[in-house]
Amino acid sequence: MSKAQDTLFRTLADPTRRAIFERLCRGGEQTVGALTARAGVSQPAVSKHLGVLKQAGLVRDRHEGRETHYSAQVSALAPLLDWTSQMTGFWQKRFDDLEDLLKRMDQ
Amino acid sequence: MTTETKSVVVEREMPHPPEKLWRALTQPHLIEEWLMKNDFAPTVGHRFKLRGEWGGVLDCEVLVVEPNKELAYTWNHVHDDAAFNLQSTVTFTLTPTAAGTRLRMEQSGFRPDQRQAFGGANAGWQQMFAKLEQVAANA
Repeated sequence: MSKAQDTLFRTLADPTRRAIFERLCRGGEQTVGALTARAGVSQPAVSKHLGVLKQAGLVRDRHEGRETHYSAQVSALAPLLDWTSQMTGFWQKRFDDLEDLLKRMDQ
Repeated sequence: MTTETKSVVVEREMPHPPEKLWRALTQPHLIEEWLMKNDFAPTVGHRFKLRGEWGGVLDCEVLVVEPNKELAYTWNHVHDDAAFNLQSTVTFTLTPTAAGTRLRMEQSGFRPDQRQAFGGANAGWQQMFAKLEQVAANA
């Protein structure tokens, strides 16, 4: 595993941190306050997780007045998404289903 | 932007005659059973859609129809984020063997900078998080 992959896995292995990242991916840019409201942990804890995510390149922050807005940087996940092997797995599974179907079909 | 592309090949010998495999590859109600919901027709130039369980829709066009031998169609997925766009071609080749048929599937046209393999961010996400969960469990 490359160093980049290792960092991403370690960063996202924490369930709370992963939940924050997922929420940013699905809901778009949000403030720490909005994220805290649904995170189930304190605001300082959320800020700390955001700091780790930012270091890994997974989120970007934008300051506006007194608020800091965070957004997900999905492109940072590229080293994890080895789509060639994903796709091979997809077709192997489809071939399994095709074989099952062939067994059920008439000649 | 590079124009280099990659391909994925999956091959398997199946104990059934090519004619039977051909039906499974070209009849919509059979295609649905092993691949996806579709409005396929075995006619060159026919445009159809494959609808995945994850909600993704693939735009396809039939390119080659050689009964019992070769079938090819485009497998494209349009996404708002260009890096997730997929333009590829899927080619099935059937070769008779002593025991049945060797089925070869080649999907080509991925770009190295592509982030998503088969369209529908959800599918990728689910797999990625499943992978992460394993890593976390073994950590």
